[in-house]
Amino acid sequence: MQNYNLTYKPFGNKAVLIEWPAEVNENILNDIVSYKRYIQKYFQTTELVVAYHSLTVIFNEEINFKIIEKNLKDIYKLNIETIVLDRKIWKIPVLYGDSLGLDMQQFAMEKGLSEEAVIDLHQEALYTVYAIGFLPGFLYLGGLDEKLHHPRRREPRLEIPQGSVGIGGKQTGIYPQISPGGWNIIGNTPVRLFDIANPEVCPVSVGDKVRFYAVNRYEYELIAIQVKTGVYQFEKEDYYD
Amino acid sequence: MIKVLKAGFYTTIQDLGRFGYRDKGVPVSGAMDTYSSSLANALLDNDQNAAVLEMTMLGPKLKFMTDTEIAISGAYMHPSLNDTPLSNNRKYRVKMGDVLNFKGVSDGFRTYLAVKDGIQSPVVLNSRSMYVPITTFAQLKEDTTIPVNTASGHVTEYAHIKTDEEWYSGNDIEVFKGPEYDLFPDIKKRLRNDYTVSKVNNRMAYQVEEVFITHERSMLTSATIPGTVQLTPAGKLIILMKDAQTTGGYPRVFQLTEKAIAKLAQKKAGENIRFELLT
Repeated sequence: MQNYNLTYKPFGNKAVLIEWPAEVNENILNDIVSYKRYIQKYFQTTELVVAYHSLTVIFNEEINFKIIEKNLKDIYKLNIETIVLDRKIWKIPVLYGDSLGLDMQQFAMEKGLSEEAVIDLHQEALYTVYAIGFLPGFLYLGGLDEKLHHPRRREPRLEIPQGSVGIGGKQTGIYPQISPGGWNIIGNTPVRLFDIANPEVCPVSVGDKVRFYAVNRYEYELIAIQVKTGVYQFEKEDYYD
Repeated sequence: MIKVLKAGFYTTIQDLGRFGYRDKGVPVSGAMDTYSSSLANALLDNDQNAAVLEMTMLGPKLKFMTDTEIAISGAYMHPSLNDTPLSNNRKYRVKMGDVLNFKGVSDGFRTYLAVKDGIQSPVVLNSRSMYVPITTFAQLKEDTTIPVNTASGHVTEYAHIKTDEEWYSGNDIEVFKGPEYDLFPDIKKRLRNDYTVSKVNNRMAYQVEEVFITHERSMLTSATIPGTVQLTPAGKLIILMKDAQTTGGYPRVFQLTEKAIAKLAQKKAGENIRFELLT
């Protein structure tokens, strides 16, 4: 690990919040994920939540903050080598536009781009998962091309279909369940990023990468059937810096 | 088995919560008032984590299809068994065919019904707590059944635990400083005021009506836990409860204790609360 100047704060009487400099930065994220792995070895019963520049260590009973803080600091100091992280690139098929990309036409028009250009820009980028939250399996993705940054819709929808792929502000993401929301919906993925029938529930972890790729209607339906019958395997490959 | 004749206003199955999946964005869930749910379980010698019914404001009408034992804790909902009134915080035996009926709460907001060995609904991701999309339903529905064990007919000593039934009547809510407490210099002054529980309150969050402090602080999304108090730019306090999302982007100014969450869970719209800062 890189010996950032970290701050440790009590978060209630059962949790500790550890913060790195407040930046959206991949080196920081990697440092956090490495530290998280080490903490897991020493405190097996904790829950560890990584988000952007913070790591929250949640215990299941009351803690003595001073003692835990010292333990955590020792772990950070002792393990100055960043462990090789087994990070993945998850490849997410998307049917762009069509009847499921509810806002694609209007979005492309407002951006002054063709739909093809929107699709190209959206699938060219390699996105980084900076956090998982908001909904079970909702990925906070960094790396959206500036040309696709766009404000949320003025009128949020009460129901956005499961699997919708949208753009809101500087972010892109996938709605893992039906939910209300204000993002511009440009497509839909048949894969399920959160599925209790899958032993892993949500295969993606913070620190992983995501790449979208376009599929046609026929391919979409085929994958949808595989997902429904439980035989779909996520497309993934190892990621190294 | 218990048959649900009437579901009540908002009745759910809850244990102590779903732990181990917060890094995937899964809320903890679990009983809002764990003080009362644990008490009801203790009366039956159940595990603390045994699943109970959490009943909100107006309780259900239930028919027992098996013999068992029950205990009721939390808000007083005028429970009756075959039209005979029951008391809270006491163990009762029920027989197959008995009908347990609840009415509206006369004080507090949430009532817990424990059954011997706990409710036996399926465990999903380490917990029986209802939360969509983890469980199929968000709340109990009429004409459905709740699986329970048959408790063999031992002679029941009518245990009655002496409890402070007024424990949630005060308006003080104990809080620690939250991670972003120090960003707001005026915060201590604002703590002296009373705040009114707003109509916007449910298992995800409670809000108060008054504006606390308006601000323009933005922050990167970070973890939240039940009891985290978020401060929106418009000055609204959002007190996260058991079904709250696991991350948030608003400054976290306070953190409620578990007992304070339990106490707040017994408050309803219009009631006053006051934050007591613990050091």
